[in-house]
Amino acid sequence: MIIAVPAESQSLDSPICQSFGRAPFYCIYDSETERSRFIENTAVKASGGAGVEAAQLLADQGVHILITYRLGEHAARILNAADAQILKAVDLSIADNIASWKERALNALDEIHSGYHHG
Amino acid sequence: MADELTIAVLSGKGGVGKTMVSVNLAAVAPSATYIDCDVEEPNGHLFLAPDIEEERTVTVGKPEVDQSRCDGCRICTQACAFKALAYVKDRLLVFSEICHSCGLCYHLCPQGALSERQQPLGVIRRGKRGNLTVHSAEMRIGEPSGVPLIKALTQNINGGLTIIDGPPGSGCLVHETIAASDFCLLVAEPTRFGEHNLALIHHLVTMMGKPCAVLLNKSTGGYNPSEAYAKANGLSIIASIPWDEELGRITADGELAALHSAHYRGVFTSLLEAIKAEAHHA
Repeated sequence: MIIAVPAESQSLDSPICQSFGRAPFYCIYDSETERSRFIENTAVKASGGAGVEAAQLLADQGVHILITYRLGEHAARILNAADAQILKAVDLSIADNIASWKERALNALDEIHSGYHHG
Repeated sequence: MADELTIAVLSGKGGVGKTMVSVNLAAVAPSATYIDCDVEEPNGHLFLAPDIEEERTVTVGKPEVDQSRCDGCRICTQACAFKALAYVKDRLLVFSEICHSCGLCYHLCPQGALSERQQPLGVIRRGKRGNLTVHSAEMRIGEPSGVPLIKALTQNINGGLTIIDGPPGSGCLVHETIAASDFCLLVAEPTRFGEHNLALIHHLVTMMGKPCAVLLNKSTGGYNPSEAYAKANGLSIIASIPWDEELGRITADGELAALHSAHYRGVFTSLLEAIKAEAHHA
């Protein structure tokens, strides 16, 4: 399973970024090899549509599971189309969230917000 | 032609009296066109109560995908400035709510997999009340951008005197409204928040090269941050309307103060003359 987590910095001890689309990095963790790597979020400076661009980036990484605090409706549609499971992050480090996932202790993210569009 | 002038009434902050000022200016003009560009919350028609003569639907083009033709080259998803397209598991996804109808995707698609489909955005209405022509729009609930409605509304500027009731804020809708105007009347209230938004709208109007002046509304006689801003920034103060509970009451009843009281008829007639003079000197 490939797991993606929005990250504040390139470390497993880093907190999960509160924003999905504007997270500076994503941690990509492979549960089979137990290896993790970090990718830069190219959408971080997007003037609009950051969530779409970020979700496309993760879909292209073949992500099966996303652990996040929040997710917008467009990004959710992309990840659903990619058959990715969306789980709600708990207020701990990336490593702790991955450990919680292994214990099946994470719940599905049930709140999808409608984005932060502006005129 | 003396009256060839389009005045946009703007404020940045909402609730400062844009509509009250716009409808009363329209009411004292011998002949004018009133356009309500606040397409998200149009309310000028409540005061002007025009007899509707025409209603038409405004549509916008959005991309439609023929998945059988799409070969996943991603030229469209990469070109879209608004990120309204994504490609996942051999399918092209379109996010109409983000799409700004620029048409670049169907122009670029080498496979002809994208085409334009017209979608209703809202309706625009034209009506009459005496010598006043009233144009307003109503956007469909849930639509993200009323810019095409404002473009359709401002096509009705016909060379006479036009008064535009602007949208609040200083975003795309306001930008489109300013672009259609010759002169901007910035209505400001005596609060810090009012001053802050007056500065935003003043910057935008100045950047767009339009002459403007400020109307101090709800003036209480005490310290007025908006007045201080205008003085410090060389912004002409065209008039000041003192805080008046009676004016608030008349307006809350959906009445036109200029028709209700001789005093306010005088206030708005003078204001209109002052705007014309200021605009012609600009």
